[in-house]
Amino acid sequence: MAYTVDINGTPHTVDVDGDIPLLWVLRDVIGMTGTKFGCGAGLCGACTVHIDGVATRSCITSIDSVSKKQITTIEAIGNTPAGEKIQKAWLGREVVQCGYCQSGQIMSATALLASNPHPNDADIDNAMSGNICRCGTYVRIRAAIKDAANGNDAPGNDNHGRRG
Amino acid sequence: MLNEYLARAEANGGAQTNNTQNESGLSRRMFLRAGVAAGGGLLLGIGLPRPDAQAAPDGDFAPDAFIRIGRDGHIAFIMPQIEMGQGTYTSMSMLIAEELEVDLAQTKFEHAPANDKLYGNPLIGFQVTGGSTSVRAFFTPLREAGAVARTMLVTAASKRWGIDPAQCHVEKGVVIDTAGNRRLSYGEIADDAAKLPVPSKVALKPTKDFKLIGTPAHRVDSPQKVNGTAQFGIDTRVPGMKIATVSACPVIGGKLKSVDDSAALTVKGVRQVVRIDDAVAVVADHMGAALKGLKALKITWDEGPNAHVSTEDIVAELAAASKKDGVAGDKAGDAAAAMKTAAKTFEAVYQAPFLAHTTMEPLNCTVHVRADRCDVWVGSQVMSRAQATAAEVTGLPLDKVSVHNHLLGGGFGRRLEVDSVTQAVRIARQVQGPVKIIWTREEDIQHDIYRPYYYDVLTAGLDASGKPVSFHHRTVGSSIVARWAPPVFKNGLDFDAVEAGAGPYDFPNKLVDWVRQEPPQGLTTGWWRGVGVTHNAFMVEGFVDELAFAAGKDPIDYRRALLDKAPRAKAVLDLAGEKAGWGKTMSKGSGRGVALIFGFGTYIAQVAEVAVDKDGTVSVKRVVCAVDCGTVVNPDTVKAQVEGGIIYGLTAALYGEITLKNGRVEQSNFDNYQALRINEAPEIEVHIVDSHEAPGGMGEPSTSAIMPAVVNAVYAATGKRLRKLPIDSAQLTAS
Repeated sequence: MAYTVDINGTPHTVDVDGDIPLLWVLRDVIGMTGTKFGCGAGLCGACTVHIDGVATRSCITSIDSVSKKQITTIEAIGNTPAGEKIQKAWLGREVVQCGYCQSGQIMSATALLASNPHPNDADIDNAMSGNICRCGTYVRIRAAIKDAANGNDAPGNDNHGRRG
Repeated sequence: MLNEYLARAEANGGAQTNNTQNESGLSRRMFLRAGVAAGGGLLLGIGLPRPDAQAAPDGDFAPDAFIRIGRDGHIAFIMPQIEMGQGTYTSMSMLIAEELEVDLAQTKFEHAPANDKLYGNPLIGFQVTGGSTSVRAFFTPLREAGAVARTMLVTAASKRWGIDPAQCHVEKGVVIDTAGNRRLSYGEIADDAAKLPVPSKVALKPTKDFKLIGTPAHRVDSPQKVNGTAQFGIDTRVPGMKIATVSACPVIGGKLKSVDDSAALTVKGVRQVVRIDDAVAVVADHMGAALKGLKALKITWDEGPNAHVSTEDIVAELAAASKKDGVAGDKAGDAAAAMKTAAKTFEAVYQAPFLAHTTMEPLNCTVHVRADRCDVWVGSQVMSRAQATAAEVTGLPLDKVSVHNHLLGGGFGRRLEVDSVTQAVRIARQVQGPVKIIWTREEDIQHDIYRPYYYDVLTAGLDASGKPVSFHHRTVGSSIVARWAPPVFKNGLDFDAVEAGAGPYDFPNKLVDWVRQEPPQGLTTGWWRGVGVTHNAFMVEGFVDELAFAAGKDPIDYRRALLDKAPRAKAVLDLAGEKAGWGKTMSKGSGRGVALIFGFGTYIAQVAEVAVDKDGTVSVKRVVCAVDCGTVVNPDTVKAQVEGGIIYGLTAALYGEITLKNGRVEQSNFDNYQALRINEAPEIEVHIVDSHEAPGGMGEPSTSAIMPAVVNAVYAATGKRLRKLPIDSAQLTAS
């Protein structure tokens, strides 16, 4: 049947079974590929989106459960104050390596920062331990979240120019 | 990895490693080609020599090159090596930009197409990103490419002005008449430059004049990876594309017998069920439907000869094989004779398990097979092999197969294989229109090409003081090289299996030998980050640590005494010890361990600090790493690779183990094949030695060093010596 979902403020109507996970509706039906598939079982966090502001694993969230909610994805998270700070801190610290998990990392970190403007290490562990990064960027993720919380421009790199 | 390749490439004059102040001209046996790009402008590339190689005729469009400059001023760098997180696109861009005299911000990167001739890795001989070779292979060729382009552009500008090129200089892609005020941007003179002859000789900047190389640069791929626009293979979308998921026989080497797809075909969105000899795929409008359809299939498998195979059987075969004679790799003096006359001997068996790679991006491949051509969209470390397998499966000639590469959501060696591409093309042949085949995580873990199981016996003959007079390392395992690179599997020796098998140490008598023992057919083994060095570092560094304690010596002092001929190794060992506070007292249940390796042209020493709980849980608190990788291109990348490599290795040390029961891999997802998480990640300190030596590789060595460092720290903390990975907490409970 048809479901209408609000994604980044825009309604989308999709005709799929109600038990189809939001992840595949985003990626394959609507064509927003920023949200990633990693495990299909809520174990790795690559598919994290915000549902009414709460970090949620879209790979185990059925489409029929979200039709009246506001869904925010990586494509629009930079429009939120916390998301903007997190993305900027990610760039300042050069967090990413392969980058595949980073949409999910950024969504989890943004939800953390939006609800807790000054997270300590334990808060960061709690909020971020559901997001696996196989490249091992954890040291920088932690530092970047602190930069974002403190309003620091990361120390780090002599900028030879940044592509926009 | 691939040191045989390196030796061969060097013999052919292809290796370009020790050349930071090359004033003489172009790399030996390189050829250059210049031409007019499709939209006008200068296009330039350097390729490997081939007997049939000819410079492209002037004016031809030649899409394969490293640099393309358009009339509109756009500057594109075409990346000969692929980006899987290791920062290569940034390092490659820096090498070109250094000599081209442009800012990285002025450039854009493009993925190279499949083409061994233009984009072959000079150290390996074909188009492959692996073995931590990118900077080592391209350090000189890409600077030359930049210098040649700059020279031609400056010449074009000087001709326009009627002055000597020496009266010009370049700033940020603008040629400036040094005496006057005239300026011409690269875009304005690209057409002129394309008509000029390619210089046969260019001078490269001396090290002291580097502006980019050696300074931390922002990654060229970060912005798109932070805002969700980065395109990985799995993000491919082409018109009319269907999505499929696949299930191969869960018993290794088994086949498909039959499948009842009647229920699957009733799932909304499912379009087709495709059968191939060892797998079945469900094709649908979206992955959600494909997964639902897969679950609805009733599949009967022919489990074949491996239906009762277990890990225990495989290990028993390896143990039995360890008694056979090995093929000699590294040797010096007479290890056997010296062993007999030693005051005492010491022997230990070390084991390392099968490992999966679990790249974050599950394997996937999009294929469109048509009567006269085939397109493949994928992220691959071996582009030309992806092209070749698609050609073979479809029966099309190579030039009718286009492979479109992407950013890779992790490689770690898994994407050095094309099994998933072969399978995808076999499925796509039966589908009308393009189809994207996505493996589930379960499929990814249960049908990986695994790091081999190694069963190694190490023996040392010691003098009265406990110093080794003889060292014998017998490694037993399967051969990756024999399958993956048969031309360099020579005299029955797998060079990778014995690589770094005696560490960086000066043993007066030594023998590293290898016994080949393959697992059952269907269980394929392959490269895993750190390759042979990773396996041998665990064995050697654990064993040498044992020897140190047996001799009553400090583990760093004991190693130092074996390093008189390896000053760079000694220096990183000392630096890591100093920065880690080696020797300072630690609390009960905590300990420090050290490991030292030389691999990929790089020296790394790591000191790990661990705490072991009463229940045996090991927490790694801090890792201090000293690294000498010679000339550094991007120090921030070196640091990131150390950090990431340590986390990757820690996952293996603490959790990594693939086991088989009844021919089936027992692990399936991140709940039972765990990956280290942020709450378990140690503090990591990286200290880079200032060096002008030839560049060393950085993608892998930190992974190799961390496993023994942690095991040695566990010994320091508990007095319990672990000789098998992953760490078994049950052996560490306080009793």
